[in-house]
Amino acid sequence: MFDSLSDKLDKALHVLKGHGSITEVNVAETLKEVRRALLDADVNFKIAKEFTNTVKEKALGQNVLTTLQPGQLMVKLVKDELTELMGGDAEGLNLSGNPSIILMSGLQGSGKTTFSGKLANFLKTKKSKKPLLVACDVYRPAAINQLHVVGDQVGVEVYSEEGNMNPVEIAQNAIAHAKQNGHNVIIVDTAGRLAVDEEMMTEIANVHKAIDPQETLFVVDAMTGQDAVNTAKAFNDRLNFEGVVLTKLDGDTRGGAAISIKSVVNKPIKFIGTGEKMDAIDVFYPSRMADRILGMGDVVSLVERA
Amino acid sequence: EKSKTSFLDKLGKAVAGKSKVDDDVLDNLEEVLVSSDVGVNTTLKVIDRIEARVARDKYLGTDELNAILREEIAALLSETNTGNAVDFELPESNVPYVIMVVGVNGVGKTTTIGKMAYQFKKAGKKVVLGAADTFRAAAIDQLQIWADRTEVPIVRQEMGSDPASVAFDTLQSAVTQNADVVIIDTAGRLHNKVNLMNELTKVKRVMQKVIPNAPHDVLLVLDGSTGQNAFEQAKQFTAATEVTSLAVTKLDGTAKGGVVIGISDQFQIPVKYIGVGEGMEDLQVFNKFEFVDSFFK
Ligand SMILES: Nc1nc2c(ncn2[C@@H]2O[C@H](COP(=O)(O)OP(=O)(O)OP(=O)(O)O)[C@@H](O)[C@H]2O)c(=O)[nH]1
Ligand SMILES: Nc1nc2c(ncn2[C@@H]2O[C@H](COP(=O)(O)OP(=O)(O)OP(=O)(O)O)[C@@H](O)[C@H]2O)c(=O)[nH]1
Ligand SMILES: [Mg+2]
Ligand SMILES: [Mg+2]
Repeated sequence: MFDSLSDKLDKALHVLKGHGSITEVNVAETLKEVRRALLDADVNFKIAKEFTNTVKEKALGQNVLTTLQPGQLMVKLVKDELTELMGGDAEGLNLSGNPSIILMSGLQGSGKTTFSGKLANFLKTKKSKKPLLVACDVYRPAAINQLHVVGDQVGVEVYSEEGNMNPVEIAQNAIAHAKQNGHNVIIVDTAGRLAVDEEMMTEIANVHKAIDPQETLFVVDAMTGQDAVNTAKAFNDRLNFEGVVLTKLDGDTRGGAAISIKSVVNKPIKFIGTGEKMDAIDVFYPSRMADRILGMGDVVSLVERA
Repeated sequence: EKSKTSFLDKLGKAVAGKSKVDDDVLDNLEEVLVSSDVGVNTTLKVIDRIEARVARDKYLGTDELNAILREEIAALLSETNTGNAVDFELPESNVPYVIMVVGVNGVGKTTTIGKMAYQFKKAGKKVVLGAADTFRAAAIDQLQIWADRTEVPIVRQEMGSDPASVAFDTLQSAVTQNADVVIIDTAGRLHNKVNLMNELTKVKRVMQKVIPNAPHDVLLVLDGSTGQNAFEQAKQFTAATEVTSLAVTKLDGTAKGGVVIGISDQFQIPVKYIGVGEGMEDLQVFNKFEFVDSFFK
């Protein structure tokens, strides 16, 4: 297992104990541990640096007024700051369109097709919608097939055009099909693409322009490392997406990419994926994510112990 | 490109004949390495090595310091990475040579298998693929398309069938066909799922009923954009299947894949291949110096 931050802070807290107040020197030592924990959790290098600077300023400013021990204060500050960073208005999906259109985007293998199926299932069972899944990945071997299997699993119709290599056309035809057949939500699955692949980025920008979705979602693997910021920024520059989906959180990754992405594009994380099955979808809780990134099962108890 | 200018700028300030590297240079090196997903532990290790080396050898200028950096980082990559393999060679000792491909979800296992099949076939080998991912939607169809593309035979069963049984059939078929190399695809699985990891151990064991020392190579595929979690992946897959080599995919993007340095160092597993695209030809034999150089670009 990883060394958890609570262990590290415990160590660093010993440094603080006996001082009674937070000074420039002991705060620096504690924050070095915090920064290291953030980097181990894959928070972006620059963002980790900024974050610890922010916490430092807050810590030094508050120290005289508080009744908390310095160590307790540090833990609380770090946790609160992280939660706030990832929080914001926990918006749901905008389903006001008729039909509402949802466009999936993201890197190869991030979990777009799987999440499309999960979302269709969620909207069908929890929101009484009649979704249509649309197969706009015309490249990946068996991508269309995969979406059909997923659609069958959740009992949602899949629109695809075998042989048509034009995603813009397929998406437009799907909208017409949805209108004729009373589908009130359309979920458009697209091919995985790299942010540096100009041709493919233009393609998805064209799809986006043609269908004008209410919700464009950026699907990202929670295990992503330092590159998360570059990718999120590049996709957001082209698509101005509405929200983020963080997948594969059933693993043991800390998921620091969540902070990096939120910091760089300032868009809400709307859903998380927690498994391969069609019901493994959940809404995002900033405070739980902060605990996970810091590796603290229970911050409250740590504060009480300190 | 940003890190390149700033890093090389700092390096330019280095004065000839020094026996100590400037803190500026070290700070910058830290940023370059951590931003390449090398991780804090390995980065500190690299910095220690460089400091020790410079204290001993001194350096005569920027070029030399640059060369030292490159060598010391590359030196952490497993000894078996000679850095000069240029071909998709296969050892002659075991025929058929059985390769089992494992890894977490979506890293590029099936695609890498397609690319390997293409290379081995091009080298004149007789290849057989085994579709032992019987779980993921359309995984079998996906491998089938790669088999068609590369014109190699594939052994498959229905979706939902026992992966160990597919692997068993594949090896039997390969022996009958006098194949040179067999590549077994497996379903993506997260390394913290005990049942799924045990299943992998079983697939491996069942293969040994056909060929006692199979698989000859267990190739762990890592997504080049994965961060520090790749360590746990390497650890758990090694525990379940004794991983013998690594492939790093998606290096055609902006991610650097630096986490494999620490993995290779700690587990002594060589990196064999890198994936640089989605096409049949987008697989390269790993070159450690090119890899390290990419961090500074
Ligand atoms: N454990 C786990 N696996 C997931 C999750 N979401 C997706 N996967 C798996 O990740 C792999 C890739 O998922 P896909 O849905 O095919 O990803 P994609 O983004 O559509 O991939 P491309 O179309 O190739 O770009 C599959 O093996 C999925 O089963 C999740 O939340 N948890
Ligand atoms: N750009 C790029 N994409 C890649 C590379 N290797 C694989 N991919 C893409 O990554 C996605 C996932 O690849 P797969 O081969 O299906 O991955 P997998 O590990 O077999 O996935 P599961 O079986 O679902 O666990 C596909 O869209 C591939 O085309 C690579 O080197 N570069
Ligand atoms: Mg897909
Ligand atoms: Mg696969």
